[in-house]
Amino acid sequence: MTSMAQPLPNSMIEEKLQNNEQQPMKIDIDRKARKTKVALIVRKILVYIVLIFLTILCIFPFYILIVNCTRSNFEIQQGFSFTFGNFFTYNWNSLFDDTNIPMARALLNSLFISLCTAVLTVYFSSLTAYAFHQYRFKGRNALFTFVLLIMMVPTTVSSLGLLTLCAKYDLLDTYYPLIIPAVASPITVFYMRQYLDSVMPKELVEAARVDGSGELSIFHRIVLPILKPAMAVQFIFSFVASWNNYFFPALVIQSTNKKTIPLIIAGLQASDPTTFDLGKVYMLMTIAIIPLLFMYLLLSKFIIKGVTLGSVKG
Amino acid sequence: MDKRMKINTRKKKMSYAKWGYILLIPFFVVFIIFQFIPLMQTFGYSFYEYYSIGLTEIGPNFVGFSNYVKIFQGSILKYAGNTVILWILCIIPQMTISLLLAVWFTDARLRLRGTGFFKTVIYMPNLVMAAAFGMLFQMLFASNGPIVDMMMKWGWIQESFNIGQSVWGTRAVIALMNFLMWFGNTTILLMAGVMGIDSSVYEAATIDGSGPFKTFFHITMPLLMPIFIYVVITSLIGGVQLFDVAQIFTKGSGAVDGSSKTLMMYLYKLIGTSRNYGEAGAVSVVLFVLTAFLSFLVFAFTHRNENKLSRKQRKLVAEYKLKGGKQDD
Repeated sequence: MTSMAQPLPNSMIEEKLQNNEQQPMKIDIDRKARKTKVALIVRKILVYIVLIFLTILCIFPFYILIVNCTRSNFEIQQGFSFTFGNFFTYNWNSLFDDTNIPMARALLNSLFISLCTAVLTVYFSSLTAYAFHQYRFKGRNALFTFVLLIMMVPTTVSSLGLLTLCAKYDLLDTYYPLIIPAVASPITVFYMRQYLDSVMPKELVEAARVDGSGELSIFHRIVLPILKPAMAVQFIFSFVASWNNYFFPALVIQSTNKKTIPLIIAGLQASDPTTFDLGKVYMLMTIAIIPLLFMYLLLSKFIIKGVTLGSVKG
Repeated sequence: MDKRMKINTRKKKMSYAKWGYILLIPFFVVFIIFQFIPLMQTFGYSFYEYYSIGLTEIGPNFVGFSNYVKIFQGSILKYAGNTVILWILCIIPQMTISLLLAVWFTDARLRLRGTGFFKTVIYMPNLVMAAAFGMLFQMLFASNGPIVDMMMKWGWIQESFNIGQSVWGTRAVIALMNFLMWFGNTTILLMAGVMGIDSSVYEAATIDGSGPFKTFFHITMPLLMPIFIYVVITSLIGGVQLFDVAQIFTKGSGAVDGSSKTLMMYLYKLIGTSRNYGEAGAVSVVLFVLTAFLSFLVFAFTHRNENKLSRKQRKLVAEYKLKGGKQDD
């Protein structure tokens, strides 16, 4: 949006400039203008070539992925082709019927963990951000600085301690250590607070208090609806992060029917993929990647807008 | 001083202050249980001999710094070197392309069409499951995979090859995957930085007859420098944690003689496979110190350059601290 709006002032100035200067030495300026125009067109062509190349580079792997999940193992091993095959349903069935790969189960597990994580992250980050935004309590600035500080520390460095802690309290091979930490997500808190600071009028809360609403019901009835756009964006981001998470789940989860999709992929790949039905493997990766991409393409305007949401409103 | 006065004048509203603490309870309780205590425990383990062989557990016995001595005499420096090499291989093309795209997308004279489409496409790989992406590339580049097949068909190479057996081939593919996953993100970040530059500066430059190259090197780059460096450092923080892609692509082996094994892969092996909690603790501490130092650089840097940034840019840096922090998958 902004990139579309920006060109106007500059181009208007350019036109004005050309009009002003055209009077004294018309021919010379004309030639110069034509020269710059040609240079601009050449530049434009170059830019488009690079952009198209990058677009192909980004799309090509996914194209191969989708093509190969519609072809049989034999066809794939014969070599690559750009055309779709007609083994989609065959690959689909053979993947879901394979008793060694609990695919349907893994999908459900991943979905469950990602949904729980995203809901917890969004709800409790909003709550925390609202506390920092609304209330003037002692140590507020110190605590918020603390949140900023821990934002940069990767959770992976504490994973060893968390793992042994889980072993101690019998939480290994359960989803608790994967889901509950989502309550404390400093990055989301920071984002939510930025958003609240820029859009939330203090008078609203005052008015609700006069009407006799309790503090928690103010949060649920007034603040959460205001936060909806920011919550949607953060919901998507934390869902995706959890869906894709590999490092910690790989350490926590042991039993086969509790595995998430990244773990299934890792397990599959540890055995030699060349002995496998490649159509099935491509189908597995398609299921891991494509639904999310599809969701992204549907919501991309919303997502990219949402990333810069705070600055637009502020 | 000022703040204290403000609080005093608001004393009547202070009755609500306790709600601030109440609403913060879930966050801090979970943080302390699931991050702080584990972190301290990790630090603690680094000073203990604590590992298992089979089912027998040895330790924990206090051994002082001997875990650190062991990992530094071992291969941690090599893996750190690998991590840095992979990061450099990725960051150079990433920053170059992202800068170019950011400048082009915001260039008033180019007036590109379909920027929305291009932005959507280049950001897309960022959302892909890194594990699946790693496996996809492993299959694409397999000796009987589509890439080799196509190159043979087009006569670029005579016989099939296995990229997993080449040190620099493996590194290059891992860097390529990382590049694909992150350059869109970096572009949007830098673009926001460029748009934050006061447009009157560009108008003045156009009036003075400055061409695209001159404008870039004398105006865009100097004014973008703070954000540029910020992006590089946050990307380094992400780069230190490189794991999924490399782990899956090399099947956890780190390819030829561990030449593509990263610090995180080393940590994963120490925790998961060898169950050497003492040394794993020491590696975690090294990772912590490294990221803390880099984060400190970011903060110090953005703070020092605060007055060099325009108001708009400052806001954007704050915005995008989120995106930078996300670079850990």
